[in-house]
Amino acid sequence: MVRAIRAFFDSLGYVELFTPTLTRAPAPEPYIDPFGVEGGLYLITSPELNIKRIMAETGLRKVYQIGPVFRRGERGRVHNPEFLMLEWYTIGTTYMDLMEQCEALFDYVSGELEISFGRGPYGEKVSLSPPFLRLSVKEAFKRFCDRHPDPFESFDPVVFDRAMVDAIEPALSRHDAPVFLYDWPRERASLSKLKEGELCVAERVELYGGGLELGNGFTELTDPLEQAKRFQGMMRERLAMGKEELPWPQDFLDSLKDLPPCAGMAFGIDRFLMLLTGAREIADVLTYPVERA
Amino acid sequence: MYDSSDLRKGLKIVIDGEPYIITEFEFSKPGKGQALYRCKLKNMLTGYTMDRTYRSGDKFEPANLNEVKMQFLYKDGDGYHFMNMTTYEQIDMTEEQVGEAKNFLKENMEVSLLFFDETPISIDLPNFVELEVVDAPPGVKGDTATGATKPATLETGYTLQVPLFIEEGDILKIDTRTGQYVERKKK
Repeated sequence: MVRAIRAFFDSLGYVELFTPTLTRAPAPEPYIDPFGVEGGLYLITSPELNIKRIMAETGLRKVYQIGPVFRRGERGRVHNPEFLMLEWYTIGTTYMDLMEQCEALFDYVSGELEISFGRGPYGEKVSLSPPFLRLSVKEAFKRFCDRHPDPFESFDPVVFDRAMVDAIEPALSRHDAPVFLYDWPRERASLSKLKEGELCVAERVELYGGGLELGNGFTELTDPLEQAKRFQGMMRERLAMGKEELPWPQDFLDSLKDLPPCAGMAFGIDRFLMLLTGAREIADVLTYPVERA
Repeated sequence: MYDSSDLRKGLKIVIDGEPYIITEFEFSKPGKGQALYRCKLKNMLTGYTMDRTYRSGDKFEPANLNEVKMQFLYKDGDGYHFMNMTTYEQIDMTEEQVGEAKNFLKENMEVSLLFFDETPISIDLPNFVELEVVDAPPGVKGDTATGATKPATLETGYTLQVPLFIEEGDILKIDTRTGQYVERKKK
């Protein structure tokens, strides 16, 4: 499968990157916790900051990376603290293009592997042929949990996450094709551009298939000042929750001014493999889950 | 205290003063959102089940459950009386607390009682017990097909289906997990 993914991006002229797995400053996210190691270093939770830096500094226009990422405290049926991430970034595109790229990737990989449909971890059959369903977060709230307040008018993180987990994700898992959930509340997008004229909406998209969250992408925020403000907000949220402060990603912010408008997607390869093989839990597609690693 | 990251299937915790066991558990984390721990919980006193979703940072009191070896002494109008075999202390349980186990409790039988703090909440019986038949009317004549059964009543008052050859005064081996007849021990 990884060979097919590489072939897909290579054929489109993407350059494969190997950015560092150890970093001095991981992306400050309120709900993603990095593993700290000796010497003020952290294992990356995503290669995003390093990839954007190298694109800004070199002028590369199409890049991808496949490598492990690490998130502390995440273990469950579809979570392992170490997992294999695919990320790709393309200059001159938006999150709308990401949806088409995902469809083309699914189509190519399932064709190469001669798999015509996938299965979610709860057994639902999922078509792999494009086009996939496109649904905005606003529409999803209206359709699946209309008793909840509009998250774009008053955003409460607890109410929002519960609605996602209790109503929206189960509803999406019953759909017989992958679903793009797009246009997220700005509170849930630390690195993405906001919509022109609709500043409470972030140009972000999540891809779901058979109840699995497979990928997350957005039109990248390229304004260093706005980005610094967002990071400050994220740091404040972390401190308010009693979490440790993370180093300030100044190198990333310094190079951001040279990053042209672009969009990028992060995509979980283990979960994609779950979907293609119908695995019931992530441990089934890993050589060793963390308890036995 | 337990933290939400300690939650897993089989863990026993206290909610509103009552012991619960986690019967199903799922870790969820919606895109860029917070970790949520979805649990199905069973009340160990009432058997009532409920769904609860917890967040990171939630704290839980472990349910203090102890198993104690006890001897069943006797039953009277006040309930069922047991004796702790190491301290010789006596405790009582109501018919409701004893539940299904009342069908198999025989005087002097050794059992394990599960306590939540000071309250006995369930009885763990041996898998097999031997009980005497006190009433076993003859089976219906002509009904001799293999596997044919008839009702019989045991010394505890429990009635079950037994083979046609069982008579009053027989000692039967009973599986307490299914409540079914296993074999005849002696006449």
